[in-house]
Amino acid sequence: MEQQQKKEMGEVTTLYHEFETWTVNTGGQTIHAKRMPGFFRTFKDRAQLAMWLPFFFLPYLRWNGRQAILFDVDHNQFHFFNLTVLPQDIWMLSLILLVAAMTLFAVTSVASRVWCGYFCFQTAWTDWFTWLENKIEGNPTARRKLDDAPWTFDKLKKKAIKHLAWALISLLTGISFSIWFVDAFDYWNKLLHLQLPLVGWVVLIMFFFGTYLLAGFLREQTCLWLCPYSRIQGVMTDSQTILPTYDYTRGEPRGKLRRGGEAVAQQGDCIDCFQCVQVCPTGVDIRNGQQLGCITCGLCIDACDVVMDKIGKPRGLIRYASLDELSGKTKKEMYQHPRTLVYIAIILLALGGIVWGLTHMGTMALKVVHERQPLYVLMSDGSVQNKYDFKVLNKMDRDVQIKVSAEGGVANQLIVGADKLPLARHGKSTSFTLFVKAPAKSLGQDVVPIQFRVESVEDPNVFAEYTSKFYGPKR
Amino acid sequence: MSDKHNAGDVPTTGHVWDDDLGDYINQPPKWWMLGLTASALFVVVYFIYYPSIPLSMSGTWTKGVAGWTAISEMEADMSVVDEVRGKYEAKLKDMTPAAILADNDLTEYVTRSGKVLFGDNCAACHGTNGVGTHDKLGLFAPILNDDDWLYGGTIDAIHESITGGRQGMMMAHEGMLTEAQIDTLANAVAAGKPTSTPLYAESGCAACHGDDGKGIMAMGSANLSDSVWRFDSSVEGIKYTIKHGVNAGTPESRSAVMPAFQAAGKLSDAEMKKLAVYVYKFGGGQPGAQ
Repeated sequence: MEQQQKKEMGEVTTLYHEFETWTVNTGGQTIHAKRMPGFFRTFKDRAQLAMWLPFFFLPYLRWNGRQAILFDVDHNQFHFFNLTVLPQDIWMLSLILLVAAMTLFAVTSVASRVWCGYFCFQTAWTDWFTWLENKIEGNPTARRKLDDAPWTFDKLKKKAIKHLAWALISLLTGISFSIWFVDAFDYWNKLLHLQLPLVGWVVLIMFFFGTYLLAGFLREQTCLWLCPYSRIQGVMTDSQTILPTYDYTRGEPRGKLRRGGEAVAQQGDCIDCFQCVQVCPTGVDIRNGQQLGCITCGLCIDACDVVMDKIGKPRGLIRYASLDELSGKTKKEMYQHPRTLVYIAIILLALGGIVWGLTHMGTMALKVVHERQPLYVLMSDGSVQNKYDFKVLNKMDRDVQIKVSAEGGVANQLIVGADKLPLARHGKSTSFTLFVKAPAKSLGQDVVPIQFRVESVEDPNVFAEYTSKFYGPKR
Repeated sequence: MSDKHNAGDVPTTGHVWDDDLGDYINQPPKWWMLGLTASALFVVVYFIYYPSIPLSMSGTWTKGVAGWTAISEMEADMSVVDEVRGKYEAKLKDMTPAAILADNDLTEYVTRSGKVLFGDNCAACHGTNGVGTHDKLGLFAPILNDDDWLYGGTIDAIHESITGGRQGMMMAHEGMLTEAQIDTLANAVAAGKPTSTPLYAESGCAACHGDDGKGIMAMGSANLSDSVWRFDSSVEGIKYTIKHGVNAGTPESRSAVMPAFQAAGKLSDAEMKKLAVYVYKFGGGQPGAQ
């Protein structure tokens, strides 16, 4: 019975023909990747810094006496240099996110996981963390030895220094994230006096532990099991996409380098030195072909090129190449790649929307709500009165004295209460109530449209309009 | 560590469902067991910290070391609301309704917070937002949105109507005037020209409604020449009013009674002042000599 079951289960598992060679990196053993200099190593270092140094330092930039870029959550405003965006215009954010997503897709369809390999915060922070580890604990061999060694004072010291350095970066990460949302200097002041609000502490602690755990311990496991974008990007690539690839036609059959002999002639260029595996930050073997563990950082290309130089073979056994190129098909041009073109079209549309939004944001916004109960009031002189609730949003940085006028509506109408209007406060919505009174005789039909215009007393270019309705008795 | 996943290595319970479904004998993961233990500990801590265990059927229970109760939490929340309102309430307590109306901030506060007060105390007769209510005889309680006020539409007059109440009064003329006379009068009033018939002065209407038919505010008599009607604007409705009067003591009589809220003691002085301002801001309030 038991035998039978085992056999059946075994059969199910062996449905996957790779089963015998399946090696799954579940993080049971820490990957200690070797750091080798090279073109992609340099590119990765610079790309990461270019992407993320602004994250740490940009919030300290001041502009006209306030933070240049600030997602002011306390006041529901977004400041970008001279520009202030209020929540009403935040729909543009969705377009910005769309541009970001589509750029990710477009780049991925052309050159695979460029984001993962050179820009992603997980990649960057992990890289910085392991760089520190390398400095403090030594090269991968030394680190593995240290991990297995018994606890001595020396080991304790090295580990303590490393974790302290990690913790400092994590703390700085949490602080840097927070100061995009509140004034940077004010935040530091409150932090140093331990007077942050509760939400501030929660965010800081979450980011501290998040960074420390994800970059310090989970590392490549994040890319393998946690990150949804790695999977999304996986399906963005096709046979036209270039990505770090092992040229199996040139490399196979692989074998150890031997001095002379006939065997040399029948061997491929790959000398099975495992340098490409040792430098890989996610611990994959690129020679197994494209796989989900590969973040396409190109570090294996650097490693392989060094080896090829040493054994006097041409570089590029591992190189950026498309599947088409490897299988000997003719290379297609960019314009023959519809997938990329669609992404670019969407990007352009979204950018157009953002430009339209930024140029049509206006300085003021108006909402007028007609009173529903009662819809209208009959007055003693035979006129009809309607009540309107006004909400004026002043998007500028100064308070404005406003006046109200109306177009359309009823002949000889009168706006009651327009002589004492409140100041339209900047960055806020100001509400007030007005009545419109019109002779019943002039009212041609039950409902007539009426267009209100609110404008600044000083500057008629600062205005907003809203079309509402004027109601009279049924006739 | 690179795991070779071979399902065949794990022992099963021996049961087989649907021909080939087995059930592994696996230890639950450590994190799961830790979570279970932590949850159990949490329950113990919770039961000590919060009121939780009923001790008898008579409603006693363990109080919990924290001394927390739902009502105290609600009261704490309400005190926050009171704190926000407090500065306004303290200010308007000693002010006259006219002074409150002159203060933009306070008026804003009252118009925003008065809805509940009006809904609880006034809307039953005057309708939501003061649109008036009707009974089978016509308009039961006056509309408060228009600018026609029997007893005056200044802030002080409105305040006085609330505190002291009002009682309309009109004699029933059924036996005093003939059907034809009533018909003539009703038609003249419905046309908005009560003085067009000599009967208006002869029958004594002018004594209350004024020589010009515009009513006398001190008495609360209706203006018969404008387009706002207290009860019913149709000729039949006007005839009914002339015949049966208002508060004339008969079952047929129209009724027009506004209770005196000060005497009723239900509302505080501040609340009555707030209501006066709230009603004034419906759109019909009239500026008065202050």
